[in-house]
Amino acid sequence: MMAPEHWIAGHKIPIGTAMAAVIDVIRHYGMGVFDAISDVVGACADGLTTVLLDVPPLLVVAAAVAGAWFLRRSWGLVALIALGLLFIINQGYWNETMATLSLILFSTLCCMAIGVPLGVATAHRPRLAMVLHPILDLMQTLPTFVYLIPTLILFGLGTVPGMISTIIFAVPAPIRMTQMGIARVPRALIEAGEAFGATERQILWKIELPAALPMIQAGLTQCIMLSLSMVVIAALVGAGGLGVPVVRALNTVQVDVGFESGFVIVLLAIMLDRLCRSKDSAS
Amino acid sequence: MTETKTAALEFRNIDILFDRSGRRGAIEAALARLDAGETREEIGRALKVTVGVAGANLAVARGEISVLMGLSGSGKSTLLRAANRLNRPVRGEVRIGNGSAWLDIARCDDETLRELRKTRIAMVFQQFGLLPWRSVRDNVGFGLELRGMAPSIRREIVEEKLALVGLSNWADAQVHELSGGMQQRVGLARAFATDADILLMDEPFSALDPLIRRKLQDELMDLQKRLKKTILFVSHDIDEALKIGSRITIMREGRIIQTGTPDDIALRPVNDYVAEFIRHMNPLPTILASTFMRRFHDLPLRADGMIDGGNIAIGPDARAVRIGDQERVATAHHEWVRGAVCIVPVGMSLGEVIAVRQRSGFPVLVEDEGRLIGLCDDADILQALSGEARHG
Repeated sequence: MMAPEHWIAGHKIPIGTAMAAVIDVIRHYGMGVFDAISDVVGACADGLTTVLLDVPPLLVVAAAVAGAWFLRRSWGLVALIALGLLFIINQGYWNETMATLSLILFSTLCCMAIGVPLGVATAHRPRLAMVLHPILDLMQTLPTFVYLIPTLILFGLGTVPGMISTIIFAVPAPIRMTQMGIARVPRALIEAGEAFGATERQILWKIELPAALPMIQAGLTQCIMLSLSMVVIAALVGAGGLGVPVVRALNTVQVDVGFESGFVIVLLAIMLDRLCRSKDSAS
Repeated sequence: MTETKTAALEFRNIDILFDRSGRRGAIEAALARLDAGETREEIGRALKVTVGVAGANLAVARGEISVLMGLSGSGKSTLLRAANRLNRPVRGEVRIGNGSAWLDIARCDDETLRELRKTRIAMVFQQFGLLPWRSVRDNVGFGLELRGMAPSIRREIVEEKLALVGLSNWADAQVHELSGGMQQRVGLARAFATDADILLMDEPFSALDPLIRRKLQDELMDLQKRLKKTILFVSHDIDEALKIGSRITIMREGRIIQTGTPDDIALRPVNDYVAEFIRHMNPLPTILASTFMRRFHDLPLRADGMIDGGNIAIGPDARAVRIGDQERVATAHHEWVRGAVCIVPVGMSLGEVIAVRQRSGFPVLVEDEGRLIGLCDDADILQALSGEARHG
């Protein structure tokens, strides 16, 4: 007679094998699609990195400073950007920083392109929101390493799986923030639009999106920060950037390299955050 | 009754119900109960269906200001919002004259509805409903922009409407820089900009402080003299209703209980509920001499042939009056000299009559187109002030 717990353990529900089988099937039938995605995304991200690296670093610093002044008109921010970037050059992490920057910019772009329309759709369709919410929760709570494995299988080693994992991790932020922003548009404003004969499309573009803009902007900032927090994990699957020295430092127990690259990541985060924050919350 | 021919907008047997239960058939069941004579509360409790408006009939004549009055929850806003289908009636017609034909707003297709909202029916909101990220100019031009009008033409119309409400200098200001009264002027200009002939105003001045409210009421009436829009106006303030309304409709618990001119409402309330409303009004600007004076033909004659008005007597040649045993002259109130009795026109308000009475110290005579027809003494004035039901 078997003990009951042995019986329970002996009839294992094959969740893991099922997921593996699903991934296998996807790989089998969808390899062409994934290869295509891999090629396009990889080419874009690497292209951006190459462009950033081709320009002399000091020119990039000057452009960043000018951009910061144009966006925010704040001397403090200009000083922060200038000093921060010069410090990065000084520490010798310029190439890694540019690679990380292009990875973040590109995945954020993808996240916003997916997140804003999806957020609008969920705000308008409560049923879709009901379906999507648990999926978003899952995407944010499932340990990153778990879906790193299938992305590795599907997209191969390199920048692309890192970027896909980053997108999976960061895309819930713009979806949620957009949804919240749209859902919080005062009913009175929408009625004002309706009363003057606006179509649904006009209400979306002329009332809902402008009213939700601060929230969408907050979603953008969050998205950038979440992407940045993925650089080390992305480096594990072969993406370049600031994660690489951290991983190397970890493997070889180099405290100095670890802290240097860590500081550079934090510095980059602060600069991006200050740059993207909406004017109201910055003041 | 207003003739339907001249009506610009007409509600016919409107029922507006809101289903809070989410059950299929709840509205139909509620309608059946409504027809069986159940009250709003009974239906609300049994079916979780809110009866917003029941059996409302109202015609709004072209060029008049028709005021919907009632306490909150009386269904006045709900009925107003049926006029541009922000609330869709479950039963009944909302008819609007469209060329030579009638159009039913409650049932027309969405395309027609949008067209009506863009060109025929504009709305002014209690909380203004302005878009805070837009300048004053872009708010006023909002309706025209939705129509797809070219910016250059739009700009011209916007300038004109801003001038109309006295905000020309604020065109480029942001909405939040403006006071409440100015914001609602932007709301008015936005409604005027589409050149709609029908204006829906949902308690437009309720959010403003009393001084500004009165000022905007005056401005609206001035504008109305020029623009001659058909205005449906919701208010919970009886003084506002009596001041601006050419017709007033009193609503209670979703039903219309009386429709009439301000005089009808003030002098001939159909029941205690309406009378109660009237009791709370400010009588000074609203009650006119014609309604509280005593008419000569109701007064007895004295032995010497003079009309007996108590402590005043009026001779057949009415310019000679007698107070006690002293002969007095009667003059128009604006030509008053010490010791004379004043004559005021029938259209003078109670407040002004009181002022005239105070100045002369005597009862006041009332004339209608040059003929003396009645008098007001202190007792009449006090009766008018106390709000006691007056004879018609």
